[in-house]
Amino acid sequence: MRVAVMGAGAVGTSVLELAEEYGHTVTAMADSSSAAVDAGGLDAEAVLDRKHQEGIVGSGDPEDALDGEYDVLVEATPTTLGDAEPGFGHLREALERDRHVVLANKGPVAERYSDVRELEADSAGEVRFEATVGGAIPVLSTIESFGAAQITAVRGVLNGTANFILTRMQNEGLSYEHVLAEAQDLGVAEADPTFDVEGTDAALKCVIVANVLGDDEMTLADATVQGIHELPASALDLADDDGQTIRLVGEITADGVRVGPRLIADNSALAVSGTQNIVQFDTTYAGSLYNSGRGAGGPETATAVFADIGHLD
Amino acid sequence: MSDSAEDVRAYTVRLELVDRPGELLRALQPISDNGGNLLSIFHERGNLTPRGDIPVEVDLEATPGQFDNIVDALRDAGINVIQAGAEQYSDELTIVLVGHLVDTDLSDTLSQIQRSTGASVRDFSLSAPEGEEKESSARLRLATQKGQARDVISEVRAIADEKELRVVEPLLGGEAV
Repeated sequence: MRVAVMGAGAVGTSVLELAEEYGHTVTAMADSSSAAVDAGGLDAEAVLDRKHQEGIVGSGDPEDALDGEYDVLVEATPTTLGDAEPGFGHLREALERDRHVVLANKGPVAERYSDVRELEADSAGEVRFEATVGGAIPVLSTIESFGAAQITAVRGVLNGTANFILTRMQNEGLSYEHVLAEAQDLGVAEADPTFDVEGTDAALKCVIVANVLGDDEMTLADATVQGIHELPASALDLADDDGQTIRLVGEITADGVRVGPRLIADNSALAVSGTQNIVQFDTTYAGSLYNSGRGAGGPETATAVFADIGHLD
Repeated sequence: MSDSAEDVRAYTVRLELVDRPGELLRALQPISDNGGNLLSIFHERGNLTPRGDIPVEVDLEATPGQFDNIVDALRDAGINVIQAGAEQYSDELTIVLVGHLVDTDLSDTLSQIQRSTGASVRDFSLSAPEGEEKESSARLRLATQKGQARDVISEVRAIADEKELRVVEPLLGGEAV
């Protein structure tokens, strides 16, 4: 497949680097201000060097990448809320050209799910978005293979930064502020950790799952969200004394989407450590099933992008 | 199972006793006088109602007829019977409350939880490592009637919201693992 990549962050650059190994050709790549386009295939190393040294991926305009020759557009620009732009506009343009779209950007499917589905219905192209939920962990494809009607609830630890912070707080008895600073030093937490610690990132993932499972469109505004940023170490101590732990859990049930710190048994499958993520699927006839692994990171998320591309005809 | 008036069943009675010597004994007397078999007494020491009474929970066995007589006799003796029924607590759930627990009258919070949810506080721990003026955490183990956990949690949430406390709820549902 010929692939155009919008976004040159961790995920976009990993897609560029790994495409050849998966048998695909990246014909265009754009960041917010520039683009590199070559219908015969980009030289990954040259593009990344230029990004590194000059802060741009090429001499073209980002629009050139969208207008270039490709079979699938990988949308990996940063997630935005509300109108989900510019990601949504990129998706629209590709679908209007009857191209496939693979999203790593959560915005379009969390905030404008029915708009995305309408555009897809009018296009010969298909939209897939495994990479938007749980990094490399197969969440949406698991739902797809069982059938949404057979999944009665989904629960999960879907934010590695929050889980890392809670794990350290409990194991070392440290305060939230202390562990957050440590996580930022390690690169586990971003300079502005708001999205992760206030539960927004986990909620967006849950809303996407709810959109795939349910008939009614949901957006972030429909989710009940509580973060971990106001949790004192004493709460984790008390949980620990009782053989329990506190994790930031996202829950998608018939009652809607909820994200918040929850008490779970220390030996519960959901009590994963560090940056690990886990998703529990409740099924009609097979009880609970679990998928776990790395929920974030460039190569991890790119792995899910290539799984999606592999599902396209 | 038959439902004859002769069947002995388990009952739970919640009482609020005036804090004075001999009051507990006086409350138990009508139970044995009327043929009831005392199973357990849960005396919530240190947890007073807003009126300063002491909440006591009594589990007993009796026939339905005997039980009616026991409740009547307790009330005749001037004992405050808050709740009397066959409901047995069978589920337990743990929650953690976070916030200005002491400033917002912890004992009142616990009383409200017991009163409005019908659940019984079985265990309670407070952790206030930074002093009582700062935010603290409390772990509560609640005994609830079977299948009532969700209702109890939403009541607790409402009580906590009013006092601007945060609730760390247990995760219910799914298979216990």
